[in-house]
Amino acid sequence: MTELKRLPTLPGVHLRDEIAKISHRLIELNHDRRLDKAVWDRVELARHPERPYTLDYIHHMFPGFIELRGDRCFADDPAIVGGLAAYMGRTIMVIGHQKGRDLAARTRRNFGMPRPEGYRKAQRLMNLANKFGIPVLTLIDTAGAYPGVAAEERGQAAAISQSLLCMARLDVPTVAVIIGEGGSGGALALALADRVIMLENAIYSVISPESCAAILWKDAEEAHLAAQTLRLTSANLSELGAVDAVLPEPRGGAHRDHAAASSIIKQALEDNLRELEAMHPQARKRQRLEKFRQMGVWSEGGLTLF
Amino acid sequence: MAQKVSIDISRRNGDTGFRGAESCPACKQLLSTEELEANYKVCPHCNYHFRISAAERVAQLADRGTWNEIAASLRSADPLHFFDLRPYPDRLEEAEYDTGLPEAMIAGTCRIHKMDTVLAVMDFGFMGGSMGSVVGEKFWRAVDTAIETRYPLVVVCASGGARMQEGIISLLQMAKTTCAVEILGEAAVPFVSVLTDPTTGGVMASFATLADVVIAEPRSLLCFSGPRVIEQTIKEKLPADFGRAEKNLDHGQIDMIVPRPELKDRLVQVLGMLEGGVACAIEPLWEEEKSSPGRRGAFAEALDRIKALANPSRRSSKR
Repeated sequence: MTELKRLPTLPGVHLRDEIAKISHRLIELNHDRRLDKAVWDRVELARHPERPYTLDYIHHMFPGFIELRGDRCFADDPAIVGGLAAYMGRTIMVIGHQKGRDLAARTRRNFGMPRPEGYRKAQRLMNLANKFGIPVLTLIDTAGAYPGVAAEERGQAAAISQSLLCMARLDVPTVAVIIGEGGSGGALALALADRVIMLENAIYSVISPESCAAILWKDAEEAHLAAQTLRLTSANLSELGAVDAVLPEPRGGAHRDHAAASSIIKQALEDNLRELEAMHPQARKRQRLEKFRQMGVWSEGGLTLF
Repeated sequence: MAQKVSIDISRRNGDTGFRGAESCPACKQLLSTEELEANYKVCPHCNYHFRISAAERVAQLADRGTWNEIAASLRSADPLHFFDLRPYPDRLEEAEYDTGLPEAMIAGTCRIHKMDTVLAVMDFGFMGGSMGSVVGEKFWRAVDTAIETRYPLVVVCASGGARMQEGIISLLQMAKTTCAVEILGEAAVPFVSVLTDPTTGGVMASFATLADVVIAEPRSLLCFSGPRVIEQTIKEKLPADFGRAEKNLDHGQIDMIVPRPELKDRLVQVLGMLEGGVACAIEPLWEEEKSSPGRRGAFAEALDRIKALANPSRRSSKR
């Protein structure tokens, strides 16, 4: 193949397409395209209808929870819930995506797909926490930010980018836990935290496997293959350095035992907060910015063109 | 990518005088390449803005001979060993072959109407201008350079969003570039973004909308979710003006729409005011400078004075 690429040709004659065809075929033959069933099982577990949602975790972890609502601009978005909670003798701000358990709740909460109001409410609550030195816990569980005309008109993109900037800016400790589906920018908007933790059966991805398959394979049926290729399981992400820690779930998955899953998160929260609170706020912020600066894989030996 | 073809033709047949022609996709008028290039690749009949490459953009904005590229040797790796119908490195190679660029963004320092600036430009022709590790890192280095030199940062965006082939790592570039914006903001260095057709997804939902001033080109598509995704969700056809710059302006999502031929002038006006913190009537000064090339314009002088006042360390600037 290398020889083929180096083959001298007449000007204007390109073997490029031929080379591409052959190398494609070669890779197809060599590449292990067998499906790993375990990956899709994880996707289904992450979306399991009985899986604990943000309000379930809040119910088990924080007996005294006061929900705060509204973005003070336009509306209250029930796809994101947030409020003050009593935790180990002090206060914590909890913010999370909320899917609905039954059809009525799902409709009301827009299947956990936030509109700009949701992200603006989250920012309002984070800034409130910052003012009083209250740590922030975010629970992430969304298929993505809602794709709708009105959401676009009210600035879905800016709502997400400002939420990211808000989290980059905070002086208080922040812990994000991906509890179910971490769908694209709509999930990341709440996940720019000092510690990003993931439940064992949660997924976190740049795009849903279905959309990825539709775009790259031109066939939504290839979602299983896309899920595998995107490397969206907790083990994959931990390996890639995208998350700081992975929490084991109760046997069979978090949906089997909400209380046990909650206490696992509660323990992790306690451990991480203890470490984070020992740091100076400015050092903590530097460390957060530096952590995200390190994200990325590239090489630096390319030829300079200009 | 018809416009790219015509550039190639002009290069190869430079001696024969044939420079090619193409028709405007909007009004179907046939335009000669000279006519089009003289008008900044904007149709003189209907004001349609052709998509232009990053190199063309730099040529339009940077003063001749002032461009110094930074982070030019960065290349994408393939952390996921991503393979859809074709392997990711294959797609990268093809994009490099098609665009002549190693990545979807180029960054550098240059002068814009004699004003020192850090300029980063995205190229939609390179894998849809998608943001992967290299775009994120180049953005960060552009920010670093802007902080070091205290030159303002201008980013010209054109992107379909995060690059799927780098999976979660490309999603995290949104977080990374946002952190860079925060650091730039702490240093109080001005940051202006220019949104061009199309700017969507993860780029729109990170640094593109976090600039101090957000400028857009006429009719450019600017949104988080693309029209096709929304049409599939709501099962309805969207109006043709969905997400266009004009709609975004109406809804308060951008500061202004600037036609491409006026962009260079407007950029310096905005940056000058942000840097100096001084509002002054500068339009007439502009005319003077443009009419007397070679001589330093009164505006440039005024700008120097403003800058010197705002930041004493710059008084010994290397002009």
